[in-house]
Amino acid sequence: MIISIIVVGCLGLFFGIFLTIIYSKFKTEENPFFSKIYSLLPKANCGGCGFAGCNDFAENLIDGKTTPERCVMLNEESIIEVCNLLGIKNERRERNIARICCYGGDNAKKKFEYTSFRTCSAVNAIFETNLECPYGCIGFGDCIRICPVNAISLNEKNIPEINEEICIGCGKCIEICPKKIIKLIPSNKKVYVACSSKDKGAVVVKICQSGCIGCGKCSKSCPQNAIKIEDNLAIIDYEKCNNCGKCVEECPRKIIFISKISILA
Amino acid sequence: MFKGGVKLIDFKSLSKNEEIEEFKYPEKVIIPLIQHTGSPAKPVVKKGDYVLEGQVIGEITGFISSYIHSSISGKVIEIAPWDLPTGRKSLSVIIESDGERKSIEKVKRDWLNLKSEEIINIVKESGIVGLGGAAFPTHVKLTIPEGKRVDFILINGCECEPFLTCDYRVLKEYTEEVIEGIQIICKATNVKKAFIGIEHNKIDLLPQLERSIRNLKISIEIEIKILPAKYPQGSEKHLIKSILNREVPSGGLPIDVNCIVFNVQTTLAIKRAVCDGIPLTERVLTCSGLVKNPKNLKVKIGTLISDILNFCGAELKHGRKIIVGGPMMGIQLFKEDVPVIKGTTGILLLPEEKLPKRIQPCIRCGKCLDVCPMFLLPSEIGKYVELERFDKVENLNVFDCIECGCCAYICPSKRPLVDFIKCAKFKLRKK
Repeated sequence: MIISIIVVGCLGLFFGIFLTIIYSKFKTEENPFFSKIYSLLPKANCGGCGFAGCNDFAENLIDGKTTPERCVMLNEESIIEVCNLLGIKNERRERNIARICCYGGDNAKKKFEYTSFRTCSAVNAIFETNLECPYGCIGFGDCIRICPVNAISLNEKNIPEINEEICIGCGKCIEICPKKIIKLIPSNKKVYVACSSKDKGAVVVKICQSGCIGCGKCSKSCPQNAIKIEDNLAIIDYEKCNNCGKCVEECPRKIIFISKISILA
Repeated sequence: MFKGGVKLIDFKSLSKNEEIEEFKYPEKVIIPLIQHTGSPAKPVVKKGDYVLEGQVIGEITGFISSYIHSSISGKVIEIAPWDLPTGRKSLSVIIESDGERKSIEKVKRDWLNLKSEEIINIVKESGIVGLGGAAFPTHVKLTIPEGKRVDFILINGCECEPFLTCDYRVLKEYTEEVIEGIQIICKATNVKKAFIGIEHNKIDLLPQLERSIRNLKISIEIEIKILPAKYPQGSEKHLIKSILNREVPSGGLPIDVNCIVFNVQTTLAIKRAVCDGIPLTERVLTCSGLVKNPKNLKVKIGTLISDILNFCGAELKHGRKIIVGGPMMGIQLFKEDVPVIKGTTGILLLPEEKLPKRIQPCIRCGKCLDVCPMFLLPSEIGKYVELERFDKVENLNVFDCIECGCCAYICPSKRPLVDFIKCAKFKLRKK
């Protein structure tokens, strides 16, 4: 009993002293900024900045290879703080939010039942689409799987929905979407058109209950003249839009949406 | 003889003895402007124009492209997007018949006096594409690039897909014309030797073919090769391997091993275009499967598939599916009012197979590796595509896949391996 205590105790003492010597000899100097900057970053490792996680991003910040605005999760105060630490000027950044410009889902007619490998990119590669509408959302959720903050989910009508409070506007869903129907829109603009169909009105009516028919009611009613019809599709000019919401009431197809959240960064 | 592949029950007896029947003159045709591999044709008619049978309605837009001709005489009622049997959409010219069957003037030519360039030009202007399914423009094949030479012409009469018998019937009924077509091809490419490859199940054609190759108009040699009935014998790469024992390099074309392959029906179309001045406006296809009267039909391009199915007595009900093409490589049809295009080899009504709801996991039996005629690793590709790791697929040579479907056919887990490969090809091409 005693022998074992002594042996283990001696070993512990020996390794303790050994490690202390090694530590003091081979100590690495950490950049004084690094821990400070790293502590300010969100540490979510979402990859939205284009670097491999927050650690890599902090290192690149110190090297001057990137700017704090690249991190979509940093709030205004933290950006100023990081800029002060790095001694660079703070440039104002607009926060963006991803919006899904399609409200098809179960409202859109299916061309056939797709039974094979269920990802949007596979459908796009094999048949282009499984819907009658060549522009619409396939709805197998490539965007849901890629979202780093789990902001996207399928709602009861099989349409992907973006939770605006969580969305960080990193743009990963935009890259993966084979139909290119997700758009980044400035977060202080609350109105968006949830359709991407460039087909003529008569065609759209037949194949989708919630498709833009290009009737032009929104563009006529807009007090700011911010909406125009291009290729049978209403397009909002976000430089002019002031969130009045007139178009939302006017739209006969109910596909112009206004975000319910009142305050956005 | 190539390695890999599968032996299939061929079901050819259903329509093997049915003579080629001319399908009734359609009242309306829908002629898509993309029926071939390459860039789409440009429409040269307007809504309301009157067109004759054989008149050009779509013009060539690049080197790899093809002319499109009207298959009936009548009025253009619309130019609009229409669904293709492949599941895609294409701008199409819709023509309503006037019932008069007026045709453009057919120029009879004596091909013996034509130069090589003239023949190629006629083929190009007649809109001839490979009628075996892939629809690659034939004039591109006939134009031999500089620095290459061609030793042999191969005529593909294998028809390895089950059910299909249209090429067999063409060889049986239009033997003389096909043989003349081969001579025209040989003249255009200046080749002295041609092979006709047929599968063992068509051996009854042998005496007839041998008789007709005895007296040829020019001094070339035609040899008939009987090949074992094995799928995919009709793939051009495997036909070359079986007949000449040459292997087309990865990413290469048959021209890289000094030969060109033509389908039987393409050869017939070339003969008709060159000798009789008839552009490609009709083709022979097989309608078989669960239909009451399986038939081999001569159909105008643009005829609706639903009309053909009705004609053959198809009863559409739950649990049956329509396949366009052969059962191995064909595509299931989602609606019936799509037109016959140049690459449509057959229309089949087959029982619907119950597939598992979710994709089952790979059990690593390795059967797909044994049957893959291109020596790829379908199981590996499928695994990585399922995990969306396209970086790992890059060095698995997916672009060599001919999408023959042997792997998906043999897979005991019924994994959609061809779909995985198609997906990988699409993703990697985009990069």
